[in-house]
Amino acid sequence: MTAAPPAGPGVAKTAPGPTAPPPTPKSRSLRHALTRALPVSPAVVLLVLFLAGPIAYCAYIAFTDLQLTGQAESSFVGFDNFREAFQDAAFLNAVWLTLVFTVLSSLIGQNTLGLALASLMQRASKPVRTLTGGIVITAWVLPEVVAGFLLYAFFRGEGTLNAILDWLHLPSQNWLFTLPILAVSFANVWRGTAFSMLVYSAALNEIPKEITEAAEVDGAGGWRRMWHITLPMIRRSIGTNLMLNTLQTLSVFGLIWVMTRGGPGNRSQTLPLFMYEQAFQKSMIGYGTAVALLLLVVGSLFSVVYLRLLRTEV
Amino acid sequence: MPVRPTAAPLLLATLLAATTLSACGGGSGSDPDTLEVSFKQSTDNSIKVLDTYLADMKKQFEKANPGKKVKLVPIKAPDSEYYTKLQQMLRSPKTAPDLVYEDTFLINSDITSGYLKPLDPYLEKWKDWDQFIDTAKAAAKAEDGKTYGVPDGTDTRGLWFDKGIFKKAGLPENWQPKTWDDVLEAARTIKQKVPGVIPLNVYTGKPAGEASAMQGFEMLLYGTGNSASKDEDPLYDTASKKWITGSQAFKDALTFVETVYKEKLGPDVSDALDPNIATRVRGEFLPEGKLGINLDGSWLPQDWLEGSGHEWPEWSEKLGLAAMPTQNGQAPGKVSMSGGWTWSIPSKAANPDLAFKFIETMQTKANAQKWYIANSGIAVRKDVAEDPEYVKAQPGIKFFTDLVSSTHYRPAYPAYPKVSTAIQEAMEGVTTGDSSVEEAASGYDEELKSATDNQVIKK
Repeated sequence: MTAAPPAGPGVAKTAPGPTAPPPTPKSRSLRHALTRALPVSPAVVLLVLFLAGPIAYCAYIAFTDLQLTGQAESSFVGFDNFREAFQDAAFLNAVWLTLVFTVLSSLIGQNTLGLALASLMQRASKPVRTLTGGIVITAWVLPEVVAGFLLYAFFRGEGTLNAILDWLHLPSQNWLFTLPILAVSFANVWRGTAFSMLVYSAALNEIPKEITEAAEVDGAGGWRRMWHITLPMIRRSIGTNLMLNTLQTLSVFGLIWVMTRGGPGNRSQTLPLFMYEQAFQKSMIGYGTAVALLLLVVGSLFSVVYLRLLRTEV
Repeated sequence: MPVRPTAAPLLLATLLAATTLSACGGGSGSDPDTLEVSFKQSTDNSIKVLDTYLADMKKQFEKANPGKKVKLVPIKAPDSEYYTKLQQMLRSPKTAPDLVYEDTFLINSDITSGYLKPLDPYLEKWKDWDQFIDTAKAAAKAEDGKTYGVPDGTDTRGLWFDKGIFKKAGLPENWQPKTWDDVLEAARTIKQKVPGVIPLNVYTGKPAGEASAMQGFEMLLYGTGNSASKDEDPLYDTASKKWITGSQAFKDALTFVETVYKEKLGPDVSDALDPNIATRVRGEFLPEGKLGINLDGSWLPQDWLEGSGHEWPEWSEKLGLAAMPTQNGQAPGKVSMSGGWTWSIPSKAANPDLAFKFIETMQTKANAQKWYIANSGIAVRKDVAEDPEYVKAQPGIKFFTDLVSSTHYRPAYPAYPKVSTAIQEAMEGVTTGDSSVEEAASGYDEELKSATDNQVIKK
């Protein structure tokens, strides 16, 4: 940017337009920036202090052998923790289970069920809509631990599900023992679908009625309308929703902890539970934090994919 | 098409955020006149043995020291989470209490971390210290030769069995198995003749934590081969200062656990791996006559005493006691493990002098005796152990005090907590059937190497 020539009185006379000499754009933009920055600066300071600070500290710890107990001093160990993680069968097992859990409960479960509920509710009568919405949202508002206990009671050996199966003369199962990852995935769908439903309800409401009606007049059936009109029009919402759901699901801890504690064996130990076990039960804070950083990487990989999806315009 | 956030999710998000934030409490100040005492509160709401005892001590202390206040800070958590919580509190002077209740299982680890204060200057001036038996004094002694805790009793372990179930199964009322096979045979008989009850409980897996390692696995391991002799430790080789891998004894003990769960002699695996199994055994399985044999600690009756919430004074008529036998009946024929808890002062405590005064109050002869009896502990003070009133106070005290002669202490070095977790993992593997004894044992060997920085020896 170049500075404008100083505006003397002579110039002002010859120049048409504004009579008062304007301040130089540079000083003006600087002052402008400062005034605009002032109100947000406390927020920035707080963010750096309470958000960026701990994250940076965590990142640092991941490169040390810090322990909760059993050691007086910690030292810098470079990439040892990460190397160890990739050689640890339990870590790889946790990565695999995390992917299964995320794909099953978030990508497939919450997302499709949320969309299905939202589209069905578009056509439902008001009382049905209110009732369904109310029930689904209740599951979402319940604290994670409470939801965990409810579903634990539902799936356990003498639980509700088996009582129902018994009543139907179907063979009962100890779900938390035989299919723990499926049980916790279902629990996450149960709890998290409301969010997708709300996002998609909002998106569907934005689709102009005329377009749907026009398609109907042209003879497009329900599935065709869904595929050719609705889905392309709410594409961006799908992206946003997938991203938020995935990030939330990746970090689910309380639900699984309450229901199975990652067990039996390690059969439902996703990354957050593995991290907790390393850091707090085996006291290896350094290693646990390294695992947490890896979880962050998995999360950002998902985010990048979704962000690309969002960027392409319809 | 942009999505407009609707009011509902925004409102809910704010609400959720607010609840999360308000869950973090404020820090505690350090008032020179207030003594903060942290202890482990039972996860069973009706059990208040320690709470009641400490409330009494608080009253005595405040009366004897006018102007001073005692603030009891209970930590309500299962064992493994109690330690974690405590360690986090001990890290900072802002959160460190003045007095903490430490399991001897973790004390060396916490001493190495520099969390605790050596008590020697106080102990030198304290006359009652001479009354403590030597093994108990050693419980909280670190490798540097200093003492970091005052023990408030110890414990031993053995077999509890239900006489009613035994009668139905045609087993003797004064049962005393000679070998592991005798124990398994009795369980098989119960399974066959008294359907609907759990024949034998052996704690296992990670959810039960140290109970699995100590009441379960080590009660077996220390009864194998030569390790029945007191100088042999099947976990740790004292001569080379290394942890033992690849031992047959380890596999034998795992095989016992595998047998219990494979033959369905134990609780349902999903119950066995329930983190609250220990509470259920004491509060539900035994009092309701649902469990034949229970391998457990001397402290069980504390839950059944009057005022404990699960009153069951008839237990001494309903239950029999037997020592856990060695593997093949080799000398001395029985095996037990001992541990216990100590009162320690954190290095970051604000009022250490006041804290020691509180220990002195708790450990007068009268108060110590009151506590041993209340929590079914085994006395570590000579004057109490000799007191006929203590010996008579409760059925079972004599049985468990006699086990002290054949008891073992864990190698409570800083690496022990990790070794314990590795044991629990191996147990869990064979309990669920996810791994064979061979696989679980070699998994343990691998874990042991990383847990102890490769300080291992093959035996």
